Amino acid sequence: MSKTSSGTLYRGHEGMWSWVGHRVTGVVIFLYLLVHVLDTAMVRVDAGAYDAIISTYQTPWMALGETGLVAAILFHAFNGLRLILVDFWKQGTKYQRQMLWGVLILWVIVFAGFAIRHLSIAFGSH
Amino acid sequence: MSVSIPAPRSQRIDPKYKRGPKSRGSFEMLAWLFMRLSGVVLIILIFGHLFSNLMVGEGISGIGFGFVAGKWASPLWQFWDLAMLWLAMLHGTNGVRTIINDYAEKHATRAWLKGILYVATIFIIVLGSLVIFTFDPCVTGSTLPQC
Repeated sequence: MSKTSSGTLYRGHEGMWSWVGHRVTGVVIFLYLLVHVLDTAMVRVDAGAYDAIISTYQTPWMALGETGLVAAILFHAFNGLRLILVDFWKQGTKYQRQMLWGVLILWVIVFAGFAIRHLSIAFGSH
Repeated sequence: MSVSIPAPRSQRIDPKYKRGPKSRGSFEMLAWLFMRLSGVVLIILIFGHLFSNLMVGEGISGIGFGFVAGKWASPLWQFWDLAMLWLAMLHGTNGVRTIINDYAEKHATRAWLKGILYVATIFIIVLGSLVIFTFDPCVTGSTLPQC
């Protein structure tokens, strides 16, 4: 942190960046959700048309997109639990910073597991 | 020596700034509570959804019309997906509503953006619910053996 800063711009720390991350991931997930309900609705129209749409999800490029989406979901989920602890746990505000590091560690572990499995299927022979 | 501190010149932060109607009931508090409760449930629903669709079996390579028909043959997965649809849409809509309230400053802009949001939300929830409730494994183009 710069001590000479005299501007009026608020430059927050972990708390602000987790808030930014929560908003951005939330919007991304919501936009995908709208699309995902529409593509799933094709099962009611034509089985072949649904399979055609799903086959676009099975391409390597889309698999990277899905991996990014799951990264967003995992962060939003774990940081959401942290938010609940900040709101409801007596010591929540005191340990919010430590909990963010916990969120990030958990996020890396779970995301690595997902990415290895999902990408090896998507880029694999089947 | 006493120092006289001038009285603050501004009586209010901004005289043009007016708060909305005083009482909005407990809606905002209920919305806040809903985000936390639905959030916890959504973690279970979405993690289960991702695990059963992408992590086990053939993962994404195994998804297709037959996969969906197999899942929705079970009332558990029908209920699971219906609950996920409603909770995720309401949770996401309330989140986007908050963001619109934060960034859209003009009243008309806020009203329009939220109007579009609510129309989209109702459309997606109704469409998704109909798809789950009226699912037909023998729809046009189905190659399932029972058809």
